Amino acid sequence: MELIEKPEAVRRRARMPDYARARRTFTWAGARAQMSGLPGGRGLNIAHEAVDRHATGRGDAVALRVLSRDGAVDEVTYAELRRRTDRFANALRALGVARGERVFTLLPRTLDLYVVALGTLKAGCVLSPLFSAFGPEPVAQRLRLGEGRVLATTPRLYERRVRPQRADLPDLRHVLLTGDPAEGPDDGEEGCSALQHLLDAAEDGFTIPPTDPEDPALLHFTSGTTGRPKGAVHVHEAAVAHHATATAALDLGPDDVFWCTADPGWVTGTSYGIVAPLTHGATLLVDERDFDAERWYDVLAEQRVTVWYTAPTALRMLARHGAEAAHRRDLSALRHVASVGEPLNAEVVRWSAEVLGTPVHDNWWQTETGAIMISNFAGEDIRPGSMGRPLPGIEATVLERGPDGRALRTGGGVREVTTPGVDGELALRVGWPSLFRGYLHEDERYRASFADGWYLTGDVVRRDADGWYWFAGRADDVIKTAGHLVGPFEVESVLMAHPAVAEAAVIGKPDPVAGELVKAFVTLRPGWWPSDALHDELIAFARRRLGSVAPKELVVDPHLPHTRSGKILRRLLKARELGLPEGDLSTVETS
Amino acid sequence: MIPADAPTARDEAARALVRAGLARIAPGPDLDALEDTADLRDALELDSLDFLAFVEQLSRTTGVRIEEDDYPRLRTVASAAAFLTAAGVP
Repeated sequence: MELIEKPEAVRRRARMPDYARARRTFTWAGARAQMSGLPGGRGLNIAHEAVDRHATGRGDAVALRVLSRDGAVDEVTYAELRRRTDRFANALRALGVARGERVFTLLPRTLDLYVVALGTLKAGCVLSPLFSAFGPEPVAQRLRLGEGRVLATTPRLYERRVRPQRADLPDLRHVLLTGDPAEGPDDGEEGCSALQHLLDAAEDGFTIPPTDPEDPALLHFTSGTTGRPKGAVHVHEAAVAHHATATAALDLGPDDVFWCTADPGWVTGTSYGIVAPLTHGATLLVDERDFDAERWYDVLAEQRVTVWYTAPTALRMLARHGAEAAHRRDLSALRHVASVGEPLNAEVVRWSAEVLGTPVHDNWWQTETGAIMISNFAGEDIRPGSMGRPLPGIEATVLERGPDGRALRTGGGVREVTTPGVDGELALRVGWPSLFRGYLHEDERYRASFADGWYLTGDVVRRDADGWYWFAGRADDVIKTAGHLVGPFEVESVLMAHPAVAEAAVIGKPDPVAGELVKAFVTLRPGWWPSDALHDELIAFARRRLGSVAPKELVVDPHLPHTRSGKILRRLLKARELGLPEGDLSTVETS
Repeated sequence: MIPADAPTARDEAARALVRAGLARIAPGPDLDALEDTADLRDALELDSLDFLAFVEQLSRTTGVRIEEDDYPRLRTVASAAAFLTAAGVP
C-alpha cells in the first residue's frame, strides 16, 4: 500500500491533529456551539454566522478579495459586507419579496453575487445559485421548477439566456440587473430593475428576523439519470456542518486566505465558496475568470493563498503545464490543498506533493450531503487514489447491491458489505445538519433516497481493511465531468428537440483531463443523413440551449442498444465505447 | 496597387484554418458573427475543455506544435492566425 507520510511538524500544526481522537470525541451539539446564533435566542441564520457576527469586533478584517476580469483587486471588509448585505435584504423587503420565496442568481463571480447571496439569506428567502455558463434551457427549467420569484443577473446573460423565455416563467416577478444602470433595460421594463438603483434606495441596517434552524436556506439543483433535475433543499442549520467540516477536511481557520475555485452555481462553490470561509472569518478569494494555468499560479503566489480547494480537472491541467511554472513562483504560503468533483488519480497526488510542496487531499461529497463526508486530512497520512475516511460525526458504510446496481432492499432492510475490498453502494447514516431536507415538490424521489436509516448516495465504492474508501463508479448513468454532475436525460431531451434526431443517448466518455466528457449518440429520422454539416448543426444546437453541459462529442449511430421494453441502454454504449465486454445481453435488443 | 496592411492570401488562409478549428468545437451563429479581433473564449463561451479541444484540433490539422506558453497568442482569430503564419502555416 502506497502511503504519503506527513512529517511530525505537519501533523502537529493541523487543526485536527488526531483523527482517531476527533472521531471519538466529536459531537454535532459541540459543533453547533461554534455558532453564535441570532442575538436573543432568535434561532440560527447562515448570514449572521457568515457576516454579522464578525462585523462587530473583527469588522476591519477582509472578508472578500475579488479579482476582477480587468485585473483589479477589490477588498471588502466584514463590516462593509454587512452594510451591503443589509441593504440588499432591505431591497428585497421593499420589493415585497416574502420569506421562503426563491431568489436565483445567474451571475459571474463578482462582488454582486456574494452580496445578493448573503442578503437573500438575511431576508429569510431561499437562495438558488445557477452556474452562469448554463444555456437558456437549464436556466429556464430550474427557474420553473424552483418557482423563482427573483433573478439577479447581468444584462448580457438576461438578454441571451432568460429574456426569450420570460413569458414561460410566470412566477418570476423581479429581474435585478447588475452593472451600470444606464446601460441596462429601463427600470420597470418587463419587471427589470437595476440592482444599483435598488441598493442606492435601500436603507442601511437590517435586523435578521427570527430564523428556525430548520428553515429552508439553499436550493441546489442536481441531476438524476432520468427525469428533471432535482432541487435539493438545505436549511440554515447546514452552516454547522459547513463550518465543522471546513476545519476538519480543509484545515481552515480565521487567519487563512482561502481560494475555492468552484463556482457558487455548484454546491461546492456555495458550501465552501461562500459559507464556510466566512463563518470562519477567513479571507475568501474570489476570482472572476476561468482556468488559465499561468494566471492560476500567479494567483496562488501573489495572493499568498494558504488553503486551496479545487478540482481534479484543474489539477491535471496544471500537471500537464509542467513543473517549471510552479518552481518560478513563491508558493511558500500554500499550506493545504484539497480537491473534489471526481476521483483524483494517485499520480496527481504525487505530482502535487512534489511540485506544489504539499499533496492534494481528495475528498468526497455531493449536493445532497451539503458538506464534505469523506476526506483525507491535513494531520494524517494519505493513501493516493483513496477518497479518504469519514469525517468526525459521519458514519459511512458499503451496502450490497441488487440487480439494478443500487442498494439491495430486502423487506425494508439493507445488507452491509463487511468483506474489505468488495464493491457496494456508499451509504451514510442519517443525522448530520447539512443533509438535504427534501427534493422540491418530489417527496417520492426524496423518500426513495433512504433505506433503513441510511442515505443512499448512488456512488459505488470499496472500503479497505483499515476503513479507507475507494471510489469505483456511479451506480447510475449520471456523468461526472470536470467536477460537475450532468444528467444524461437533460442533454438527450434537448437533442431530441432537433428535427433530425429520432433518438439520443448520452454517456460519460472517459477522458484523461476531465474524468469524463459528455458524448452523445444519435439516430436520425428518415430523410436525414449523417454529414459534417449536420454534426456541426447538432453540436451548435445543443450548445446554444445547454451551454456548458452540452455534449463535447457527437456521433450518428444507427444501432443504439435497447432493452426489450425499448429503453436505451447507456451502460452498454459506454461498455462499447471502452471496448469492454458488454455483459449479460439477455434483456437487450439491438435495433 | 495593394496597400501595405492588406491581409495577404496567407493571412486569409490562416484565419480560415483557425475558424475551421473553432467550427469543430463551437459551430453556429456566434462563430459566424465572431470578429477577428474579439476574445474568442468570451465570444464563443468556450470553457477550458473546449479551448483545449480547439488547441488540439488546430495542432492536428496544421501540424504546428502548440505549447501552453503559446495559448495567450490564441486569444483572437487574428492573433491565432498570426501565430500560425509565424510558424510557417499555411
